[in-house]
Amino acid sequence: MTATAVRAAAPAGRRRRRTGSLLGLAAWLCGIAFFLPVAWMVLTSFHSEADAAANPPSVGAGLTLHGYREFFGAGTGVSPWPPLLNSLTASVASTLLVLALAVPAAYALSVKPVRKWSDVLFFFLSTKMLPLVAGLLPVYLIAQNTRMLDNIWLLVILYTSMNLPIAVWMMRSFLAEVPAEILEAASIDGAGLPTTLVRIVAPVALPGIAATALISFIFSWNELLFARVLTGIVAGTSPVFLTGFVTSQGLFLAKVCAAATVISLPVLAAGFTAQDKLVQGLSLGAVK
Amino acid sequence: MLPALVFLIVVTQLPFVATVVISFVRWNALAPENRGFAAFDNYKAVFTDPALRSAIWTTVLLTVTVVLVSLVLGLGLALLLDRKFKGRGIVRTMLITPFLVVPVAAALLWKHALYNASYGLINGSLTWIWKLFGSADPPQPDWMTASPLAAVEVALIWQWTPFMMLILLAGLQSRPADAVEAARVDGASTWDVFRYLTLPHLRRYLELAALLGTVYVVQNFDAVFTITSGGLGTGNLPYTIYQTFYQAHDYGRASAQGVVVVVCSLLVATFALRTVSSLLREEVTR
Repeated sequence: MTATAVRAAAPAGRRRRRTGSLLGLAAWLCGIAFFLPVAWMVLTSFHSEADAAANPPSVGAGLTLHGYREFFGAGTGVSPWPPLLNSLTASVASTLLVLALAVPAAYALSVKPVRKWSDVLFFFLSTKMLPLVAGLLPVYLIAQNTRMLDNIWLLVILYTSMNLPIAVWMMRSFLAEVPAEILEAASIDGAGLPTTLVRIVAPVALPGIAATALISFIFSWNELLFARVLTGIVAGTSPVFLTGFVTSQGLFLAKVCAAATVISLPVLAAGFTAQDKLVQGLSLGAVK
Repeated sequence: MLPALVFLIVVTQLPFVATVVISFVRWNALAPENRGFAAFDNYKAVFTDPALRSAIWTTVLLTVTVVLVSLVLGLGLALLLDRKFKGRGIVRTMLITPFLVVPVAAALLWKHALYNASYGLINGSLTWIWKLFGSADPPQPDWMTASPLAAVEVALIWQWTPFMMLILLAGLQSRPADAVEAARVDGASTWDVFRYLTLPHLRRYLELAALLGTVYVVQNFDAVFTITSGGLGTGNLPYTIYQTFYQAHDYGRASAQGVVVVVCSLLVATFALRTVSSLLREEVTR
């Protein structure tokens, strides 16, 4: 009997189950393929420089913290702490600022219908479509004249403007899920605006606020172009610090991987723990 | 709403106006005394400069390739993940990891740990495979010089496919299950269901993913800067502007380049906003 005949003879249910497990296997293979470069980065960061640069790759080589010790400045004198702290300042401060501006704006746009609300929303979104690089020069000149160059607070302001449109857009879709009837009922019961916000809107919107904050944090942490042009020795962020490795040829592969791992770690950790919110935020915010 | 609006106008719109003004000025920071009204000289320089024309072409090629390939891959992955199977959560976590790695770190990873001709993982694996078959002479191409643009594209596709997948997965999961069930009962094949139910339902999600992806990939700086430093025909528009302004200090010309980029982006953005507005209209009428 040929294979085709066997397959045809098998009950449809079993056949579907078999294709099902095959597709599951395919999904696993794809997942591993996409994950492999990151796994390799982490593994290499724990190898000695000699093992890291081995060809063929030395997968089973002994593990060492040498790359991390090098990265954290043992012997080289270049400490990664200031850039890490700068990144943290820029990301956290701009995220807080984004929330402070976006939540009221989104509330106004979704809960209380404003005239031409969709026009306003489009304006917010359209600012996101313009390439940032085209505004870079005036920003640079202004910063130069106001002595704001190499100042982390300049980045805070710029990152806030960079993330604000997306944040308003996302927050609006989350706030739109607050049923209008509940708000009406609250106002009939005599609840003022603060009470309504704290007791009714906040509990519904909190996951959305968290997702918005997370995405704003990630984009700020990752930004390179503005940080590279507008900061220097004092206010340089982690991505700028990483560009120091761009031209380094060989020799320090373990150290490069350790650096890349450490600097990606906050985003990876935040992304993994808040995976569902991230998915929800990106998709709901974008589509709904 | 007003504070957010005012903030955005001041921080994002005014610089663009300034860019437009500077684009008509002859202004090189290295020759400050020779500054004056230049009329359209900067624009003439921009359009006659072969380097810039190639930058436009590179940007288009890079963006279209990355967006299309990651969209198709993302669709495939979303379809795979839409079904229940063992360890689906773990697979999804693994799949979104590339999107979470800091872009410069990802670019460094590809440049040094994967592409490098003498110790990168790709050539290392080739050596290993060739050894398995007893050959001591494996091919060891220098990926970044052999096909620099493709090297940048592959790294970007790897980063953006998860993003596409996430949006499309959300689209798939909002697909009404009873329609699929009904089609199944009526004897529709898997392909029919995909072609006549899933794909039309996903259309808006596909458009949106493509447009958001385009917005970000057009502006890409990190990968081009890190992997090839714009060399060998990989200098896209953002990188070229960065060079004109930051290295050549030609403020007038950089601004003219910036204006050209903005005009091109506005063309894309108009189309994008129309798509999004149709999404909104649906929401309003619902």
